[in-house]
Amino acid sequence: MWENIKDFASTFFVTGDPLIYGADVSIALTSIAIVFVLTYFKKWTWLWREWITTVDHKRIGIMYLIASLLMLFRGGVDALLMRTQLALPNMKFLQADHYNAVFTTHGTIMILFMAMPMMFALFNLVVPLQLGARDVAYPFLNSLSFWLFLMGAMLFNLSFVIGGSPDAGWLSYPPLSELSHSPGVGENFYIWGIQISGIGSLATGINFLVTILKMRAPGMKMMKMPLFSWSVLSSSIIIIFAFPILTVTLALLFLDRFLGAHFFTMDLGGNPMMYVNLIWMWGHPEVYIVVLPAFGIFSEVVATFSKKKIFGYNSMVFSMMLISIVSFFTWAHHFFTMGASANVNVFFAISTMVIGIPTGVKIFNWLFTMFRGRITITQPMLWTLGFIPCFAVGGATGVMLAVAPADYQYHNSYFLIAHFHQVLIGGVVFGYLAGIYYWWPKVFGFKLNDRLGKWAFWLWNIGFYVCFMPQYALGFMGMTRRLYTYGSDTGWDLGWAPLNLISTVGAFLMGLGFIFQVWQISYSIRKGERDLTGDPWGGRTLEWSIPSPAPMYNFAVEPQVTTDDAWWKVKEDRAKGIKPAPVKYEPIHMPKNSAIPFVMSVCWFIAGFGFVFDWMWMAIPGLIGVAICLLARSFSYDTDYYIPVDEIERTEAALRGRTV
Amino acid sequence: MAHATAEHSHAHEAHESHESLKVLGFWIFIVTDILIFGTLFACYAVLHTHTNGGPGAKELFEMPGVIAETFILLTSSFTSGLAVLAMHKGKVKQLIAWLAVTAVLGAAFIGMELTEFVKLVEEGHKISSNAFLSAFYTLVGTHGLHVSIGLVWMIGLMIQLSRRGVTEVTTRKVTNLSLYWHFLDVIWIFVFTVVYLMGVM
Ligand code: HEM
Ligand SMILES: [Cu+2]
Repeated sequence: MWENIKDFASTFFVTGDPLIYGADVSIALTSIAIVFVLTYFKKWTWLWREWITTVDHKRIGIMYLIASLLMLFRGGVDALLMRTQLALPNMKFLQADHYNAVFTTHGTIMILFMAMPMMFALFNLVVPLQLGARDVAYPFLNSLSFWLFLMGAMLFNLSFVIGGSPDAGWLSYPPLSELSHSPGVGENFYIWGIQISGIGSLATGINFLVTILKMRAPGMKMMKMPLFSWSVLSSSIIIIFAFPILTVTLALLFLDRFLGAHFFTMDLGGNPMMYVNLIWMWGHPEVYIVVLPAFGIFSEVVATFSKKKIFGYNSMVFSMMLISIVSFFTWAHHFFTMGASANVNVFFAISTMVIGIPTGVKIFNWLFTMFRGRITITQPMLWTLGFIPCFAVGGATGVMLAVAPADYQYHNSYFLIAHFHQVLIGGVVFGYLAGIYYWWPKVFGFKLNDRLGKWAFWLWNIGFYVCFMPQYALGFMGMTRRLYTYGSDTGWDLGWAPLNLISTVGAFLMGLGFIFQVWQISYSIRKGERDLTGDPWGGRTLEWSIPSPAPMYNFAVEPQVTTDDAWWKVKEDRAKGIKPAPVKYEPIHMPKNSAIPFVMSVCWFIAGFGFVFDWMWMAIPGLIGVAICLLARSFSYDTDYYIPVDEIERTEAALRGRTV
Repeated sequence: MAHATAEHSHAHEAHESHESLKVLGFWIFIVTDILIFGTLFACYAVLHTHTNGGPGAKELFEMPGVIAETFILLTSSFTSGLAVLAMHKGKVKQLIAWLAVTAVLGAAFIGMELTEFVKLVEEGHKISSNAFLSAFYTLVGTHGLHVSIGLVWMIGLMIQLSRRGVTEVTTRKVTNLSLYWHFLDVIWIFVFTVVYLMGVM
């Protein structure tokens, strides 16, 4: 008996590495601390009522934001571990198998559990306010999306201390990810973590597509819609078409591992190349899913801080829609070397280069917007200005990679690593950070400190170039990706070591930048400049027309829109002395909170955990729980209520009284 | 009093637009489901010859049963249409009755499909036998899973209808359900053509 338990525990819990024990201890301590604080301050009901069961898009956005920052931390620690291991030849910091696990979790977490939720945070925090809407189209589904994402992310992260991390790369190519080559549970964690959160992402795509198509304020025609909302629309469309492919691909891989099917195995007719095709049919559109909203953010930021209408609005819209289509026809550029015919490679090489054109158009539009504008360099603007050269160079190296014959040389080298980090950090991360700094006062009611922010920006920006520019050279010198160490011969004689060392220094500079941001946030919570106007930047779009933070119902009266930059127009009219129409409040229709999204996601978590360990006694009850939750939702009819007029009057009086 | 009626009419409007919003969302969900099936069909197309020397579609499939299944499912699609017609006439009893017929036909379809699967497995043609069978079971099974989920949903709706009658909300639900059901029918026609007909030809 005792032997059995010991046996079980030694495979169930990950053991043998001081890092893991450290993580165990810190997870346990953090959990105890959280429970203690909540109990001590009697915050459990508050947490349950105001957050866990909320269907308010603003709160859901905040929860996405917190989760994504935590994941940025975890992904960043992974990155620093790798860079430490690579700093010098023959380092003994990480073993080969640890290194494999770390680059796998780093890549997966950064894209699926950091970039995606940070993007959804911005969707939620901004889109309904920008459209003049009271919520998203399906608030209940929105909450479900969040909890599915969080449970998926937790399941994935659990693999660090229980069962063992996945280690077959962030896209889990078979046959390496098949049972034959990865017999542990790590790949199961990968599959179920992504699968569960992926369902949530798909639902969010549908939710925001309908929100944008149907919930705009009266008079806001599509072509009068702010560009960030346009970017969310194009991104949502890609989600809707790309995520189902991911769902199927992961499901098939799971069937291979779970039921012994032969979709991607080496034997009995399986075809591993089919997996590679399928996963990139999702994977390439995925990078556009995350980068398009960043483009939208830059468009808002540039227009606001140049005090000008965005240059070339129509071409911006057109190029985003074009990108969302063409992004589905470039996937094979990720495996030019896998032996497709020259004609196939030519098609994908050209389509990849073509997609650079609309992207270039956008860069010129931003530059022309700034041209002769009255520019103020605020923090959002700093990140935007950091983005432009970074993304331009990243795009240029992307076009180099798109030259199929040349790619035989760059493929899977550090040149590639440098390229995609340049677009992912320079484009996506800088973009989202610009957005977070820009909308932060709207969400929380205060600005983030400028001095600390400047430190963070320069550390990130300089650190970025120091880290990744040497990697282009390393790629040319023959250093391949996913390499856990190198000897002193290549290190010193071929000159890899100095470049790697510089690169590691850069990575730590970025880490320092992150620390400054944590400091900045905690400092500003106490001392940040409060925003009493609701419009701290001189904004142009509707979210700036209401108090910060926005009241629960967002808009006391539905705004009537006549032009683009609707709020700017209102301000111009006011300056001309045109009086706004008198307001008349009406009761506001609101959705009620619900516990079902949370409970259902917990059931998914239980089912997922059961499938990971092949424990049907756990998986099946989990799935039954999911079904019960669905039925419970279907049978509940009392799902909404009205905010009466006098309550609106009171809230508005309090808010506007403060606002003056 | 005037206030109350204003509130009521407003509520009415908001509700109605909300229900049509949900139908639109359901259409988009169907689009994503089409992509799921599209991907599975693509995998089947790639793998259907990968039998690793084992028997292929021609040897395995028995058409009479499949044709019967097809007729049953097509009929159920028709009866679900009749249910919607009854709903528009406001006849709850008739609506529930047609839904019940639809559900029975759907259950019969699932029963036949399961029998087919069990027979194949007993003969030793399992999902793990080769890539062709993996793709076959997954594609056809995914459709079957959809139908089964539809059955649970349908039973839940019949209970709700008997309690609440035809309201805006239940109308929307029945509309979505029948949309789903017709969609599964169309998918089945593709399964029938691509997997079975083209397989045995
Ligand atoms: C904060 C600075 C970052 C540093 C220092 C960093 C560093 C690294 C390193 C050292 C690797 C492994 C290279 C190898 O051995 O093959 C890697 C891989 C990767 N990184 Fe990052 N990274 C950073 C940020 C990001 C971000 C923000 C993203 C995505 C949004 C990202 C996505 C990836 C992906 C997808 C991989 C490939 C993983 C694989 O090979 O399976 N990284 N990164
Ligand atoms: Cu790509």
